[in-house]
Amino acid sequence: MILLLIIIILLVIWIIAIYNSLVVKRTRVDNGWAQIDVQLKRRYDLIPNLVETVKGYAAHEKEVLEKVAELRSRAMGATNPKESAEANNMLTATLKTLFAVAENYPQLKANENFMRLQEELTATENKIAFARQFYNDVVMDYNATIQKFPQTIIASMLNFKAREFFEAPAEEREAVKVKF
Amino acid sequence: MRENLYDLIAANKRKTFIFIIVTSLFLGVLGYVVVELLNWGTAGYVFFALFIIIYNFVLYYNSDKIAIASTGSVPADPEEFKQLHNVVEEVAIAAGIPKPKVYITPTPAPNAFATGRNSQHASIAVTTGLLEIMNREELQGVIAHEMAHIRNYDILLMTVVAAIGGLIVLLRDFFLRGMFYGGKRKDSRRGGSSGGILLLIGLVLAIIAPLFVALIRAAISRQREYLADASGAYITRYPQGLAQALSKLKQSYQPMARASQSNAHLFISSPFGKDRFNVSNMFATHPPIDKRIERLNNLVL
Repeated sequence: MILLLIIIILLVIWIIAIYNSLVVKRTRVDNGWAQIDVQLKRRYDLIPNLVETVKGYAAHEKEVLEKVAELRSRAMGATNPKESAEANNMLTATLKTLFAVAENYPQLKANENFMRLQEELTATENKIAFARQFYNDVVMDYNATIQKFPQTIIASMLNFKAREFFEAPAEEREAVKVKF
Repeated sequence: MRENLYDLIAANKRKTFIFIIVTSLFLGVLGYVVVELLNWGTAGYVFFALFIIIYNFVLYYNSDKIAIASTGSVPADPEEFKQLHNVVEEVAIAAGIPKPKVYITPTPAPNAFATGRNSQHASIAVTTGLLEIMNREELQGVIAHEMAHIRNYDILLMTVVAAIGGLIVLLRDFFLRGMFYGGKRKDSRRGGSSGGILLLIGLVLAIIAPLFVALIRAAISRQREYLADASGAYITRYPQGLAQALSKLKQSYQPMARASQSNAHLFISSPFGKDRFNVSNMFATHPPIDKRIERLNNLVL
């Protein structure tokens, strides 16, 4: 009788421990996503400023400027990690083009506001890349945990669902490095 | 040979663990000899235990302030050092820890160090000389190395190691003094052999203790440097940045004015310049830079 009681108590403690570790991992995933979100918003805020500055010196580079603006609003409207990742990866590529184009305008390159924006955007791009790397690491850990036995029993009972990765663009998978 | 990062980290942890065990055993033997020889009894053991705890506690809570003050570092202005702040924030995101406080050490010698008892109370300081010679990617590599020190709890570890080291030397002094003044009483009462053996052990330990302490500290520090390089590279997934930064550091090796033995292990490269540790690399707090670069280049992420 007492033995049975002890076994039950141990079992309950064990289940609580597993549940808590699952919660910790899930929170880490949520935090990772929040980090990405903060940095993406920061980028959305910087872009109109950048577009205005570039317009002042290179007004006829319309095509790339319009594309940046369009992708920005598309990325802002994304509702899940997958959509957001796609739009933001395209935005990253287009921004690269924009900064490459800027190379042809010495006056623009020398503009203090432009230089400041360039450092800010480089920093933001790096933060997005690093936040994504961190997010993907914790998602991998979380997804692996909820598939492992015996955690999988408790995970499926209490509705812990696998999370989506924030996919990196193919050419960036090798090393997280953004250069303008 | 190419090494996997996880193997490297595991090997480093294992070695550090062995070092700590060996040092603790050494400390235990020395403490035993002193307490027995001086006939302090249980009170002696209690005294030493309390002393170890308080000593560590004080060091632990003040390690960052001591390091910042002793190098003359000042908080980095967020506007003037915009890029530095940006880089630190980026790497903190990559490492998944809060952004540490950022300090500037006004000296032309290029170097950087991290301090703080945990990732919630951490600081990173870079010298003005470092900012002058590094580009953005190299700076990122250096900061990642420092961030790795914070995340790997190296500051805590080295504090403990330093505390044990200090204690060993202190015990030795107790022993030597006790032998000359108070030790005789006990020997005569016990009448000989066990006291004699203890005395011999004590003498041998007294001679090798300081040497042993220096060796252990240097060995642990070197292991942690390799580990910080490897995990720094893992944080940014870009070992080349740190490798380039290290080769630049090698070219402009110059000693720092305000570095001391007690904070040498915190820096990214040895703050004493080239010559000081040339005698033997067994006592160096940092591995040779060439070896570090080689390891980084062989790393598989």
